Amino acid sequence: MSRKHGLFFRPTLALWQREMTRFVRQRNRIIGALATPLIFWVLIGSGLGESFRGAEVEGGFMRYFFPGTVVLILLFTAIFSTVSVIEDRRDGFLQGVLVAPVSRASIVFGKCLGGMTLAAAQAALFCLAAPWAGLPIDGAVVMRLLAALLLGGFALTALGFVIAWPLESTQGFHVMMNLVLIPLWLLSGAFFPARAGTWTEWAAALNPLAYVTAGVRRAFYGDDADLGLVPSFGLAMTVTLVFAAVTFLLALRAVRRGGPESR
Amino acid sequence: MSAAVETNDLSRNFGPRAALSGVTLSIRAGEMFALLGPNGSGKTTLFRILSTLLAPSAGTARVGGCDVVGEAMAVRHQIGVVFQSPALDPQLTVEENLRCAGNLYGLRGADLAARGRTAAEALGLSDRLADRVQSLSGGLQRRVEIAKCLLPRPRVLLLDEPSTGLDPAAREGLRATLERVRRESGVTVVMTTHLLEEAERCDRVAILHRGRLVACETPAELRGRLGTDVAVVSGPEPESLAARVREMFGWPLSIRGEHLRVEVPAGGDAAGRLVSALGAAADTVTVGRPTLEDVFLDLTGEPLRGEEEA
Repeated sequence: MSRKHGLFFRPTLALWQREMTRFVRQRNRIIGALATPLIFWVLIGSGLGESFRGAEVEGGFMRYFFPGTVVLILLFTAIFSTVSVIEDRRDGFLQGVLVAPVSRASIVFGKCLGGMTLAAAQAALFCLAAPWAGLPIDGAVVMRLLAALLLGGFALTALGFVIAWPLESTQGFHVMMNLVLIPLWLLSGAFFPARAGTWTEWAAALNPLAYVTAGVRRAFYGDDADLGLVPSFGLAMTVTLVFAAVTFLLALRAVRRGGPESR
Repeated sequence: MSAAVETNDLSRNFGPRAALSGVTLSIRAGEMFALLGPNGSGKTTLFRILSTLLAPSAGTARVGGCDVVGEAMAVRHQIGVVFQSPALDPQLTVEENLRCAGNLYGLRGADLAARGRTAAEALGLSDRLADRVQSLSGGLQRRVEIAKCLLPRPRVLLLDEPSTGLDPAAREGLRATLERVRRESGVTVVMTTHLLEEAERCDRVAILHRGRLVACETPAELRGRLGTDVAVVSGPEPESLAARVREMFGWPLSIRGEHLRVEVPAGGDAAGRLVSALGAAADTVTVGRPTLEDVFLDLTGEPLRGEEEA
């Protein structure tokens, strides 16, 4: 065993395992992350369905809104799993990890894999309802969905990590969620399609979350469907991969620089 | 024998405030060492630098021969750190916490299980392994934290205010545990404390005051520094008592509330002389060997824990 370098594999696994155990012991987190989007989907989907018309939302708004709801579940679960970064700092668990001979990358990686697993699992559970929304599932859909959910879950957890790391209280985190993440989700094509020639086109093109949404939408619809401005599955996955890599590196840099108490 | 911990002209600023200024000290392997000082003395800053959580602004610190900044990982392989608020996951059981911590040090399988059993036994936690940490008392949590830190068999154990939040019985138990661990494994123990009783029982004590190291000696040497005994005189009018003592003997003294504290020559029947000089004006006169509290007062001009005892 190297004495100069931090350990990576075993600590990553241990931190991932801890996320799983904690999640199972906090029942309200399961309900919160799954029930809220489900209620959104049913109430908003059926309530607003009548006011949305046009080629993009062919098949009804419930159908259009389904991939967007999947992304909302992904977003809620992934981002809220990183609230534990703030709790760990407050409770003291984090400092015990920081003084261990653990590679800083493994601290970020363990947390991101944990958030990814939980987010993808909850979103996948919801996807079982897709046939009732008019979105049939076959082998190819499952493969594409898995890729989109895992990659998107990882990227969003890493984003949550970057936001949570410098914060000393969870209140600040909720402000960020409401002020930044929900608007990004609203503009991602989850709720209404971006229209060519309007500002929503730019908002979607520059919004990393729009590519996560596009990935999930394309996973259901396939690349052949005419979805207006929605990018292809390949492009959506490529951008999401870059998004995941960038947020991961930002999180790693934040950890290497130290937390709010070291300044 | 090389030093277990060595700092050289170590300083740390927070903005314009100097939390630690030019601290140079050396702690021998196997020593039990106390960093004594009130809140704001810089002892916690020093603790955080030694545990690799905080970088110094100037100077160097080495643990087990490795630099805490340049060779932080090598330092982390050698230290066990016991924080004031235990670094445990309250939602996990004792056993799960021990396993997770062991994994962070690369331990696993039968080796980890055996170490976990030994550590749990040593700290009297064997029947608590399945309990969630959040259901344990502060004293028990501290014991879990120590068990956790001993798993990787560190060469240096760093403890931040280990007695905080513990009742006297738990403190005594903790003390015995640390002594036993040190005897059995030869670990170097470095603790921060603001409690004299705790510092009193260490091999050596470093006294920190406003970020500076003002003394670093054995408790006996520190007490020997004063060269005097200390008399405490109580009476209804401490001011007039003070005036009388000054006039009659010229001994250094201070008034502390109802009491007069006088530094008297050692072994010269100071008690008898004070009683006959003050007569009925004094209610009681007691003379004793100086405590570390007296030494601290002498070195810094301030009481160690005025605000807490007031």
